[in-house]
Amino acid sequence: MKKIFGRPAGLTETLQRYCPGCGHGIVHRIIGELLVKLDIRERTIGIAPVGCSVFADEYFNCDMIQPPHGRGPAVATGLKRTRPECIVFSYQGDGDLAAMGTSEIIHAAARNENITVIFINNAIFGMTGGQMAPTTLPGMKSTTSVKGRDIEKQGYPIRVCEMLASLDGPYYLERCAVDTPKNVIRSEKALKTAFMNQINNKGFSLVEILSMCPTGWGQTPVQAKKWLGEAMVQYYPLGVYRDRSKEEK
Amino acid sequence: MPEVKILEEVCKGCGFCCDNVCPVDILVLSPDRINSSGYHPAIVTDMEKCTGCGYCFKICPEPAIEIYK
Repeated sequence: MKKIFGRPAGLTETLQRYCPGCGHGIVHRIIGELLVKLDIRERTIGIAPVGCSVFADEYFNCDMIQPPHGRGPAVATGLKRTRPECIVFSYQGDGDLAAMGTSEIIHAAARNENITVIFINNAIFGMTGGQMAPTTLPGMKSTTSVKGRDIEKQGYPIRVCEMLASLDGPYYLERCAVDTPKNVIRSEKALKTAFMNQINNKGFSLVEILSMCPTGWGQTPVQAKKWLGEAMVQYYPLGVYRDRSKEEK
Repeated sequence: MPEVKILEEVCKGCGFCCDNVCPVDILVLSPDRINSSGYHPAIVTDMEKCTGCGYCFKICPEPAIEIYK
């Protein structure tokens, strides 16, 4: 009997301290597999965000740095420019990337820095207790929008992929989800493309992954998975928003 | 014949693998087993039917599932 599926060597043996049904674990597993498949684990530097995945340095079996809130792309820029032989990826949540780090991500994308950004969008601030994030859907309840997000008072959500696609800089932008095996396989392909772009020195790649936060949303894991597929995907359509490799052909 | 092994101590009982993911529907959350974290882990009801497609592994956040073939 040969093991065909199992914990990849790109992840440590540490048990992940995420809530049951959290989407972070799925994305961690995909990245862990890619580090081994693309044979880049020894020269990869990951950047952990501030948020639930702040302990990502304990979970990924590669070198990790944990910068201040939202500064992942800025630190990644410095690392990649001083150590161009390294593969640098920034792993960020929506509170990290779309709230505190908005200017960093926009400028890193506009400069077409040769880095890979993995953006986990779960429409809420998970670690701090389910507060409203810039990506919270209109009408969605959170601990700071108890009657649902009111667009008159709290404004509209930010669609990061569409916003960055308006710039000329970025090389590759895609939005995926992790609610069904089909979408997980699509995310695997997107993340592989994002890492390959960096290995081939193409430039800035960002993969936005819609993920579930059952605790923050006040739902069971299975309800959260369904809600992601029904409500979130409607507001954040999945697909490729920029792929300059196709324009080059 | 493929074999699914569920790491009971790692499983957090989210139930993703039991909810319309398995094409032959052989995974359920165990009502009587409980791990040291207090979760009811998933169990395989009929290993004979398993096709080894790996969908349960793909959706597992931990990953608490290993598949042998």
